[in-house]
Amino acid sequence: MFVVLLVLIVILGSVVFHMVSPWWWSEIASNWVGMDDTIILTFWITGAVFVAIGLFMAYCIWKFRYQKDKRAEYEPENSKLEWTLTILTTIGVIALLAPGLIVWNNFVTVPKGAYEIEVVGQQWGWMYRLPGKDGVLGTTSIKNIDDDNPFGLNTDDPYSLDDVLVDADDLHILVDRPLKLNLRALDVLHDFYVPQFRAKMDMVPGTITYYWFTPIKTGEYEILCAEYCGTGHYAMLGYVYVDEQKEYDEWVNEQMTFEEVLASNGKSDLIKIALNKKNDL
Amino acid sequence: METKKDSIIDQLTQKPWDPAQVKIDNSHEGRTFNLHVGKLGLRYLMIVSTIMFCLFIVTYGDRMVYDDWVKMPEPFLLWINTFVLVISSIIFVRIQIASKKNQFKKAKRDLILVGFLALIFLIGQFLVWQNMVDKGYYVYGSPANAYFYLFTALHGLHLLGGLVYWVMTIRKVWNINNIIIRKAKHTIELCSIYWHFLLAVWIVLFGLMLFT
Amino acid sequence: MAADSYEDVVKNKETIPALEVAPQDLYHAKSFWTKYIFCQDAKVIGIQYGLTAVAIGLVGLVSSWLMRMQIAFPGLIPMDAAQYYQLVTMHGMIMVVYLLTALFLGGFGNFLIPLMVGARDMVFPYVNMVSFWVFFLAVIILAASYFVPGGPTGAGWTLYPPQAITSGTPGGDGLGIVLMLVSLAVFVIGFTMGGLNYVITVLQARTRGMTLMRLPLTVWGIFTATVLALFAFPALFVAGIMMTLDNMLGTSFFMPAIIQFGEKLTHEGGSPILFQHLFWFFGHPEVYIVALPAFGIVSDLISVHARKNIFGYRMMVWAIVIIGGLSFIVWAHHMYVAGMNPWFGFFFATTTLIIAVPTAIKVYNWVLTLWRGNIKLTLPMLFSIAFIITFVNGGLTGLFLGNVAVDVPLSDTYFVVAHFHMVMGIAPVLVILGSVYHWFPLITGRFLNERLGRIHFWVTFIGSYSIYFPMHYLGFMGVTRRYFEVFEGEAFTYSITGINQFITIAALITGAVQFLFIYNIIVSSKFGKKAGKNPWKACSLEWRTKDVPPTHGNFDKELPVVYRWAYDYSVPGADEDYITQDTPPSAVANARAEQT
Ligand code: HEM
Ligand SMILES: [Cu+2]
Ligand SMILES: [Cu+2]
Repeated sequence: MFVVLLVLIVILGSVVFHMVSPWWWSEIASNWVGMDDTIILTFWITGAVFVAIGLFMAYCIWKFRYQKDKRAEYEPENSKLEWTLTILTTIGVIALLAPGLIVWNNFVTVPKGAYEIEVVGQQWGWMYRLPGKDGVLGTTSIKNIDDDNPFGLNTDDPYSLDDVLVDADDLHILVDRPLKLNLRALDVLHDFYVPQFRAKMDMVPGTITYYWFTPIKTGEYEILCAEYCGTGHYAMLGYVYVDEQKEYDEWVNEQMTFEEVLASNGKSDLIKIALNKKNDL
Repeated sequence: METKKDSIIDQLTQKPWDPAQVKIDNSHEGRTFNLHVGKLGLRYLMIVSTIMFCLFIVTYGDRMVYDDWVKMPEPFLLWINTFVLVISSIIFVRIQIASKKNQFKKAKRDLILVGFLALIFLIGQFLVWQNMVDKGYYVYGSPANAYFYLFTALHGLHLLGGLVYWVMTIRKVWNINNIIIRKAKHTIELCSIYWHFLLAVWIVLFGLMLFT
Repeated sequence: MAADSYEDVVKNKETIPALEVAPQDLYHAKSFWTKYIFCQDAKVIGIQYGLTAVAIGLVGLVSSWLMRMQIAFPGLIPMDAAQYYQLVTMHGMIMVVYLLTALFLGGFGNFLIPLMVGARDMVFPYVNMVSFWVFFLAVIILAASYFVPGGPTGAGWTLYPPQAITSGTPGGDGLGIVLMLVSLAVFVIGFTMGGLNYVITVLQARTRGMTLMRLPLTVWGIFTATVLALFAFPALFVAGIMMTLDNMLGTSFFMPAIIQFGEKLTHEGGSPILFQHLFWFFGHPEVYIVALPAFGIVSDLISVHARKNIFGYRMMVWAIVIIGGLSFIVWAHHMYVAGMNPWFGFFFATTTLIIAVPTAIKVYNWVLTLWRGNIKLTLPMLFSIAFIITFVNGGLTGLFLGNVAVDVPLSDTYFVVAHFHMVMGIAPVLVILGSVYHWFPLITGRFLNERLGRIHFWVTFIGSYSIYFPMHYLGFMGVTRRYFEVFEGEAFTYSITGINQFITIAALITGAVQFLFIYNIIVSSKFGKKAGKNPWKACSLEWRTKDVPPTHGNFDKELPVVYRWAYDYSVPGADEDYITQDTPPSAVANARAEQT
C-alpha cells in the first residue's frame, strides 16, 4: 500500500512545491499582464484536474486493492458518465481557450500609436535601428551589407539617411509608449526575448517579423536569445534599458545616423545620391 | 462468396460484449477488406508515395510565388519520354488482357517490351538532364530547375524500383511450361497497376512544370 | 515490393487465397543465419528491433547525463559549446526516433501484432526482415556521424535551417548533418516496409472471429500509430531531401539570402519557415506515434492487472482514432512564435485544445477502470499508475503551451523541456518498462526478479518526477533551453544553481537504475522464476500459444478461433475471473456474457 502513499505524496507534494517555490516569474515590466493572468487561470483549472484525478486514483488503488474472494465489477461502459465527463472537459477547455485567444488577438494587433524600432540578430549579437526624424525605417537588403553598411540599407531609399544605427548589444526604449519591434535576422533564426516583457518572436532571415508591447517600468532588463542559433546561442545576450524621455533622448543623440556613418567612412558620393532621391520626393 | 461488409462506422460502433453482437462476430472470418494482401500492400505503397509527391507539390506551390522563380524550358525530348511511358501503359493493358486469357507467351513478349521501354525512358530522362546542364540550367540556378531535377530523379527512382518488381514478374512467366497461373496473373496485375500509377505521377509532375 | 507470400497448394487452379498465412511448418528456420540473423519470424525481428533501439538508446541516455553534468557542474566534465549542442541534438533525435518509435512499432509491433490478432506471422515476412536491416543500417549511419571530422550535427533535433547547414553550427558544414539526414531517410524507408506489414496484418490476417472491435487496445494503438507514420514520415523525408540538396548542391529550397560571419552565401529566396511546417507536419504526429502505442499498451496492462474490463472500450478506440486524425491539424502549435502568419495562431490553438478532449477521455477511462476493479499491485500495474500521473501532468502542461498566448512567454524555455519529457519521454518509457515486466514471461518463459523490479520502479518514478516537475518552474522564470552555460539571469527570482544540481543528481540516479534493470533482464532470462503459461491470467491471444515462449508459427496446428473481446475479466457467473478470447461459449455456459 506504499503506492497509495506514493500517489498522495506526488500529488500533494506537487501542490506544496507550487505554493512554496521561490522560482517564479519575475515581476512583469510590460503590458502583457493578460498572459500572466491566463497562466494563472490555467493553473487553477489544470491544477484542480490534476489533484482530482490523483486523489481519485489513490482512493481507487486503496479501496479496490486485490482480494482473493472478490470480483471486479463487470461494466463495459457507461455512456452517460462518459458523455458527462466529455462535456465537462469541453467546457473547461473553452474556459482556457477563450481568454487565451483574446490575449493573442491583442498580441498580434499592433496599436496605431506605436513607434517602431528594428532589431537585427546575427551570430551572435544584436544590432538596432531607429527610424530617425522622419519616423520611417528605410528599406534594406542583405545584398547591400558590407563594412560601411552593416544594416544593408538601400542608399536610394529616401527614408534611410536619417535612420539611427546602433551597432551594439544594448537598446534603450521609452517607458509607457507602445513599441513595435521589427525583427530581422541576417544569418539564421534568433529570438529577441526579455523575460520581464513576456513577449517573444523568432527572427527569420528572409522575412521581417514583429511583435509589440508597452514597457511599464523603467529599469534595466537582460535580453536572452530564445531560438537556437548555433554554437554561440547561449552567449547571445544584451540589455534593454527602459528610460524616461529625457534619458532616452540623450542616448539617441549619442548614436550615429546612417548619414553620419557614411560620412565618417568617406562615402559622401552615396549621401549625395540619397539626398537627391529625397529631394525628388 | 461472402456477405457485404459493414461500413467502417458500423463496425466501430459495435458493442463487442453485447450477446447479440457476439453471435454475429463469432462467424466473422477476420479480414477487413475483400482484397488480396498483395494488392493492399501495393495500395499502401502507392499511398505513401502519393503523399510524398503531394508534399513536394505543396512546397513547389509555396516556393513558386517568390520572385526568384525563373521558368525552365521543356525540351522536346520530354514529350517523347512521356509518349514512351504512355505506350508502356497501353502495352500493360494488352498484357493484362493476355494474362486474363491465359496467353502467357504473349504476355511474356510484351513484358520484355515494357522493360525495354522503361530503359529507354530512363536513358531519355538522363539525356534531358545532360541537355539541360549543357544549356546552363544547373540545379542551383533557380528553384524551378531544382524542382525539375528533383521530380525527375524521384520519378526515375520509382521506376527503377518498379523494374525490380518487373524482374519478379517476368520470372513468374519465364518458363511457359511451369507457370502457376494464379500467381502469374496476380503479379502481372500488380505490376501493371504500378506502371499506370507511375504514368499518372509523371503526367501530374510534367503538367505541373509545364503550366507554371 | 509487395511479394506474394501465399503458397500455392493447388497448381493451375484459381483459388481464393486461404486466410491463414500458411501451414505452420513452413516457418521453421533451417540454420543459425535464418534463425537469428536474417530471420523472418516477426517475434525475432521484434526483439532485434528492441535490442538495437535500446543499444542506441543508451547512447542517448549517457548523452543526457553529460548534458546534465554540464548544466549543473560546469567544468567537471570538460566540454565545449559545440560538444554540448551535439549531445543535445543526438540525445533528442535518438530518443524520439531511434529509441521510442523503433521500440514501440518495430519492437512491440512486431512481437505483439501477429500474436494478438491470431496470425502465424506478418503477411510479408521477407519485407519485414528487410525492414529491420534497413533500420539497422540507419542506426549505423547515425552512429557513424560520431566518427567523421567535425563530429555529429549539433543543429538541435529540429534541424532548423539555415542554422543546421551552415558553419555556425557544429557539423553544419561537414558530414555531420549529411549523415543525420541520410540516416533519417533510410529510417523512413525501412519504416515504410515495416509499417506495410503492421497495417496489412492487422487489417487482413486476423484470425476467425477477430473483428476490429475485439482487438486489444494495444493493437489499436500500434495500428493507428503506424497509419499516422504512413502520412507523417513522408514529410520528414521530403524535408530531409530538400535540405540535403540545399546543403550539397546549393539549391535554395529553405535557404534565403544570408550573410554569415561577413560572408554572403549563394542561396537566395528560400523559406526557412517552410521547413518548419514540413518538420512539424511530421513532428507532431510523431509525438502521437510514440504516445498511441503507449496508450494502447497501458490500457491492456491496467485492465489485466485490475482484473476488470477496460472501461469504455469503444470510447477508447474512438479516442485513439480521433486523436490520430486531429494530430495532423495541430502541427503549427510548435510555431506560434516562429514568425509564421500570426493569424494561424487562432486556428492551431483551437485544434490543439480540441485534441485535449479525447485525450482527457482516455485518462478518465484508465482511472475508471481502476474503480471497482480488483487491483493487483504487480510491477506492470505500478508502472501504469506512474504513467497515469506522469501523463496527466505532462498533458495538462500541454494546455499551457497549446494556448497560443500562454505559449509566448513559455516557448523555448525549460518549461517546454519539462513538458515534453513528461508527456513523450518519461510517460512512454514508463509504459515500456511496465510492459517489459508484463511480457517478459511470454518472451522468455520466466519472471523478472520482483525485488530488483520494485527498486527499479521506485527509483525510476520518483527520480524522473523530481527531474522534471521542478524544471517547469525554471521555465516560468524564463530560463531558456539549449543553453550551454546556464547562468543566473537577471530576470530569475531565485538562484537556479541548487535546483539544477538537484535535478542532475536525480537524473544520474534515475539513469543508473536502468542498468539495474538491464542486469535484471540478463540474469532473469537465465535464472528467473519459471512463469508457465499465462501467468497473469490475461484474456488476449498472445498468451494462448502452443509453447511458451512461442515458437515460429506461433500457434498450434489450428489457429485459435476468437469468441469474445479481449476484456472478459470478472464476468459474473464464470468460474475464473477471466475468460480467454478463444474460449468457446460452451465452456463457460454459466457466465453472464454467454446468456442472452
Ligand atoms: C532520464 C532521462 C532524460 C534526461 C535526464 C534528459 C535530459 C535532457 C536534457 C538535459 C536536454 C537538453 C535540454 C536543453 O539544453 O534544452 C534534453 C533534450 C531533449 N530530450 Fe531528453 N532527457 C531524458 C530522456 C529523454 C527521453 C526518453 C526522450 C524521448 C522523447 C527525450 C527527448 C528529448 C528531446 C526531443 C530533447 C530536445 C533536444 C533538442 O533540444 O534538440 N529525452 N533532454
Ligand atoms: Cu540564439
Ligand atoms: Cu505538437
